[in-house]
Amino acid sequence: MAVTARKTDYFPYLLLIPALVVTIIIVAWPVIETVRLSFTDASLKPTENFVGLHNYQRMFARKFPETIMRTFYWMGLSVSLKIILGVAGAALLNSAVPGRNLFRVLVMPPWIVPIAIGVFIWSWMYNGQFGMISGLLQRFGLISEPMEFLAYRQSAFLSTIVTDVWVGTPLVTVYLLAAMQGIRSDLLEAAWVDGAGRFYRFRRITLPLIMPSIATMSLLSAIWTFNSFDIIWILTEGGPRNATTTMIIDTYKTAISRFKYGEGSARAVMIVLFLSLFAGFYFLMISRIAKKEVGND
Amino acid sequence: MINKYRWWEMLLIYCGITLLLIFLLAPFVEAFVVSLRPIQALRSIPYRFITENMSFDAYHSMWKSVPLLWLYMFNSFMIAAAVTFFALIAVIPAAYAFARFEFKGRDGLLTAFLAINMVSGAVLLIPLYKVMKQLGLLNTYFAMIAPGAAFSIPTGIWLLRSYLLKIPKELEEAAWADGASRLYTLRRVILPIAMPGIVVVAIATFIGAYAQQFLFALTFNSVNELNPLPVGMFQFFGRQTIVWNELMAASLVGILPVLIVYIFLQKYIVAGLTAGAVKE
Repeated sequence: MAVTARKTDYFPYLLLIPALVVTIIIVAWPVIETVRLSFTDASLKPTENFVGLHNYQRMFARKFPETIMRTFYWMGLSVSLKIILGVAGAALLNSAVPGRNLFRVLVMPPWIVPIAIGVFIWSWMYNGQFGMISGLLQRFGLISEPMEFLAYRQSAFLSTIVTDVWVGTPLVTVYLLAAMQGIRSDLLEAAWVDGAGRFYRFRRITLPLIMPSIATMSLLSAIWTFNSFDIIWILTEGGPRNATTTMIIDTYKTAISRFKYGEGSARAVMIVLFLSLFAGFYFLMISRIAKKEVGND
Repeated sequence: MINKYRWWEMLLIYCGITLLLIFLLAPFVEAFVVSLRPIQALRSIPYRFITENMSFDAYHSMWKSVPLLWLYMFNSFMIAAAVTFFALIAVIPAAYAFARFEFKGRDGLLTAFLAINMVSGAVLLIPLYKVMKQLGLLNTYFAMIAPGAAFSIPTGIWLLRSYLLKIPKELEEAAWADGASRLYTLRRVILPIAMPGIVVVAIATFIGAYAQQFLFALTFNSVNELNPLPVGMFQFFGRQTIVWNELMAASLVGILPVLIVYIFLQKYIVAGLTAGAVKE
């Protein structure tokens, strides 16, 4: 192609400069600096000393494996719920019933409004004395006394998940709905002519065809959920007794609330390691999907 | 007809949709009802959805309790708009480079940009704080704008690149053959054609930046007059006795503009969010 005929062409690199400069200052350099800080005793004091693996040893001596397990448990539950609700929601909104355009519009608000504002509202609803959820459960006789959802370890854990699912479900639903709409209608019609029922068509045609989208969305959703900060911080700040302290919350508490930059950085490095693992999976998956599509065409 | 439903199928579908919408919208309804309740009724036990003496009083009194509400809303819009503007300046040329040119390290660089998507700002707060401090940007709008823009660049590049890939190359080749410079071609040939794609990227970036401005503002800014809506409200939230009806009223007024924008632009927003889900 004529535009790229010259041997060494600097034009594309010039085009990349703005994006590269911003990304290096705000993302790449901080990542490297985090790794460096994780080997120091950096804190509020002006000097910092190299301490080797000390921060990592301390971290693992202090229930860090437990925090990792909790993070994955929290993420796993939240992502599964989002995907289940998302697939069900997309299937429902994909059906040709009157009013579906309106329903599609109504699904998005939890994702559109600032996350923090939505979480304020949830925090009111979880209130034990006057909150809606406790009140309704009492009305239906499911609990006998007011329940302060954010005060107990297990209920706080589940409450933060429910709010996270509330924020994340709209995007998953709309994304999977778009995937379902991308299915060629002649496939479904052919099956219909052959007498396949609605549920059979969904299970045998729709579901397999949107599987790549479900897989992609699951992984992306896992990454976002792993990074989820606002929701837990506003609802519980990681409590009660660390029941909702995920790795991100743990890092923030160590570094920002307690000014232990070195130890906080060691935790951040662990997060980056896990995220690179996810990223590796993600790229492997999209290249697999791309290959499959080339093979099918 | 393939799309004809039996009555019980219709019923099931509507029941399912209703349940989903109740879960997603109940908090907003509850927030609205709470904003109407007098403060004494908020402490009534047992819980009642409708109480006596409901009124819009909280919508008047909140301006005294949250005197800077207008400013918070303005700041939120300002920050999100600036994030979008700076992100686009970086995204448009980069997406063009990735879509049109073959150069050494292209695939590696594109992968690197996508990998950035995986890291969140919360992980990098410590060094970011140092960067902002060294550049003297703490407690300025820019401390909240720059990280937001940087973290929305990768998605923007990805979205716009796939849009640009669909534009036929012949157009540029024709311009090139006519002796137009490449920068001119980008500005006068590509940009106008790519405008729908750019609009989608801009709206998606704006919505994302508007929804996620809590963390950076909380950490990098301590000047109340510069706070975006979520952090401004968070201070109100952190007080000993929370005046819930005013908090809910202020929250609803605060999110109203973005909901209105959403209703008008929802086609573009959904397009921006779902690009990539559909096979071409």
